[in-house]
Amino acid sequence: MLGKLSWDAIPFHEPIPLITSLVVLLAVAAVAVWVWRNGWWPYLRDEYITSTDHKRIGIMYIVLALLMLVRGFADAIMMRLQQSLAIGASQGYLPPEHYNQIFSAHGTIMIFFVAMPFVIGFMNFVVPLQLGVRDVAFPTMNNVSFWLTASGALLVNLSLFIGEFARTGWLAFPPLSEIEFSPGVGVDYYLVALQISGVGTVLTAVNFVTTILKIRAPGMSYLRMPVFCWTSLASNLLILAAFPVLTVSLALLMLDRYLGFHFFTNDGGGNSMLYMNLIWVWGHPEVYILVLPAFGIYSEVAATFSGKPLFGYRSMVFATLTICIISFMVWLHHFFTMGAGANINAVFGIASMIIGIPTGVKIYNWLFTMYGGRVRFTVPMYYLIGFMLTFVIGGLTGVLLAIPPVDFIVHNSLFLVAHFHQVIIGGVVFALMAGYTYWFPKAFGFTLDERLGKAVFWCWFIGFHLAFMPLYVLGFWGATRRMQHIPDPTWAPWLNVALVGAVIIGVGIVLTVVQLLYSIKTRDQRMDVTGDPWDGRTLEWLTLSPPPHYNFAVLPDVHGEEAYWTRKQTAIKLDQLIKEPDYQPIEMPLNTPVGVICAFFASVCGFAVIWHIWWLAILGLIGAFAIFVWYAWQDEHEHIIPVDEVRKNARERRRIRMEHLHTLSQST
Amino acid sequence: MTSSEAPAIGLTHGGSEDTGHPHRGPESKSIVVPYGFWLFVLSDMVLFSALFATYAALAHATDGGPTSNQLFDRTLVAIETMALLLSSFTCGLAMIAAKRKNMVWTQGWLLVTGLLGAVFLFIELFEFAKMVAEGAPPQRSAFLSSFFTLVGCHGAHVTAGLLWIGTMMAQIWAKGFKEHIVRRLLCLSIFWHALDIIWVAIFTIVYLIGTLP
Repeated sequence: MLGKLSWDAIPFHEPIPLITSLVVLLAVAAVAVWVWRNGWWPYLRDEYITSTDHKRIGIMYIVLALLMLVRGFADAIMMRLQQSLAIGASQGYLPPEHYNQIFSAHGTIMIFFVAMPFVIGFMNFVVPLQLGVRDVAFPTMNNVSFWLTASGALLVNLSLFIGEFARTGWLAFPPLSEIEFSPGVGVDYYLVALQISGVGTVLTAVNFVTTILKIRAPGMSYLRMPVFCWTSLASNLLILAAFPVLTVSLALLMLDRYLGFHFFTNDGGGNSMLYMNLIWVWGHPEVYILVLPAFGIYSEVAATFSGKPLFGYRSMVFATLTICIISFMVWLHHFFTMGAGANINAVFGIASMIIGIPTGVKIYNWLFTMYGGRVRFTVPMYYLIGFMLTFVIGGLTGVLLAIPPVDFIVHNSLFLVAHFHQVIIGGVVFALMAGYTYWFPKAFGFTLDERLGKAVFWCWFIGFHLAFMPLYVLGFWGATRRMQHIPDPTWAPWLNVALVGAVIIGVGIVLTVVQLLYSIKTRDQRMDVTGDPWDGRTLEWLTLSPPPHYNFAVLPDVHGEEAYWTRKQTAIKLDQLIKEPDYQPIEMPLNTPVGVICAFFASVCGFAVIWHIWWLAILGLIGAFAIFVWYAWQDEHEHIIPVDEVRKNARERRRIRMEHLHTLSQST
Repeated sequence: MTSSEAPAIGLTHGGSEDTGHPHRGPESKSIVVPYGFWLFVLSDMVLFSALFATYAALAHATDGGPTSNQLFDRTLVAIETMALLLSSFTCGLAMIAAKRKNMVWTQGWLLVTGLLGAVFLFIELFEFAKMVAEGAPPQRSAFLSSFFTLVGCHGAHVTAGLLWIGTMMAQIWAKGFKEHIVRRLLCLSIFWHALDIIWVAIFTIVYLIGTLP
């Protein structure tokens, strides 16, 4: 009846997961009661949960990412603590089977449920605004995508309370992840959670490629799109071409585990290296799926806070697309030691180094954007500079790793761990924090506290270097990754420095929460009344903060590369806004419960598959199909916003803009 | 609405900068929806390409078990292929009928399409059952694992297509030829033809090459 599920699945005898579970459950219950008590439930339901508004969905993605960041960081600090304690005679506080779950969960959560939703959240929030349109191509599907991602995150976290998580690393390499060596449900949690969220991600890519290529404001030609839109396009093209391969790799492993197939097993003619090839055909582009939008954020930040157009806009676009293509030709550098032969290794090694060239072009473009500009050293700018310093070193260690003979020596060592954290934290996380600060006022109508923001930056910057520079040293000394116990006591000082670094990052995360709460409390001092708090250059700063549901009363008419800047300068010169346009009623998508219901059935079905409860899995599938047909049967998916309401809001915006314009005109 | 803005700014769009995009703004739904669906179909093609690669890598990993030459039956596959190719043709006829808003012929051709799809599926399952009975289940070797997965994944797509055809027939019956329903029909036909293309690749790579003497 309940498959493999029984009371044994609850970790009664392990205090750490049990207490964590209880605390999380209590916190969730407390939040639910708090929301219900304050009567916020209808607001939450109508404005967020069932919303098809790309801005709201973007915010939900980012909230999910921040919550999962806390979970992923908790895993990180536990690992650092274990490695500082379990040296020589001591075994530390985490037994191997628990430690292995923690490093697997850390990697899985940080990539799939922190970095991905964070990046996709920004795409959601920013891209339609920058393109000067009202929503993405498929707003309902957008809501479904989010909830499927959330469903995956739910399942991964559920493994903490019921059963166990994978002990096989974040990519679950066979044959270790085969049923013979990992008989528990851990790997199944991993596989099912990623399959469900993967569907959401592919749908997101369909949505955004269509949006960027087909839905743009009049006059917004390809070479007038902001660089963030270009990098989002490249990233979504990569998702479209790479994620199906992940789906296949995981599906084949599931067939091995559930039905006894022989894709990657040691016997029956299986070939585990096939899995490495498949998963890294997805895995390497994944790195660029994350970092390209991050480069887009840096580009927006660099131009805005240098008060100059982005240097080398076209070379930036060209570099982005070059990276997009080459990223598919380097996957083998993840397993040079497989023994594919010197010639194949050489080809992939050289291809990996070539990627450094377009990336270098970008770095120079950002530097030249700052050169001769009136640079304002705001928080996003701190992150940009911190990124350039950190990322260049990470890139250089990457070029080192791309040399096959060197890779044979440092392969699978802490040197590698240091390298990829350096490019992902220094590249992606810094950009996400910059973007969070940069677009926060657009989302909520007030800016974040600058002083605390800078404190957070310094925590990340110093903490990162303390946490990961020692790992390069240890890697050179031969320390392999994922060690539950440290045999050599002379490594202790370096590991302790790394622990201090991790604690400093932890302080940064706490300060992020403090910054948020403090900024909400003192928001009256930092209201963004004009909608353009940073003197921006792209179209999202044209509308109010927060923008109305429909973003723009009339789709902006785009002239020149910097759509909003051109418009703003013309207005300042003439000291008048453009002539009041002829307002029309606006058709907008209705809210939908489809996403959350779909994700509910996906979670039920996924849970049932993990625990082999087959009747429930079938019920879940039928439920998902039923909601799909129900949605397809509805005739009305849009509602009309009457012209009077549009006109009223637009006139109010024009009045605010006029006042702002006069202050600007007087100051120039 | 855009032309009223332009004079105040005193600029035009400046055609030379506009590479690759019309000036009129967002495309209509009749363009956007099939375009998005095309992208989805392309990602599905990538999924199949990974399965083809897997098959290619494991086709000779028979682990001492039966090989493709011993298992595949060209005659059966030929009938199967004819059924599916014919169903693509009738699907096209259904689209023509739908364009003319002819209820009887649309429903009729969709029904024929579905039936041909069912025939295809029936033969495929018959072939699978025969192989399992002959001691060649997917658990026997890596070759058979990859064969059943590649062909079975296509079969699962056909099954989903049949479910979709049934749902569309019910929708057209209940709601008539509304704009959004005809758009869905177009997506269905894209999907159905794509399955045909993938089958042609399976037919060639798996069955034809697999039965070379």
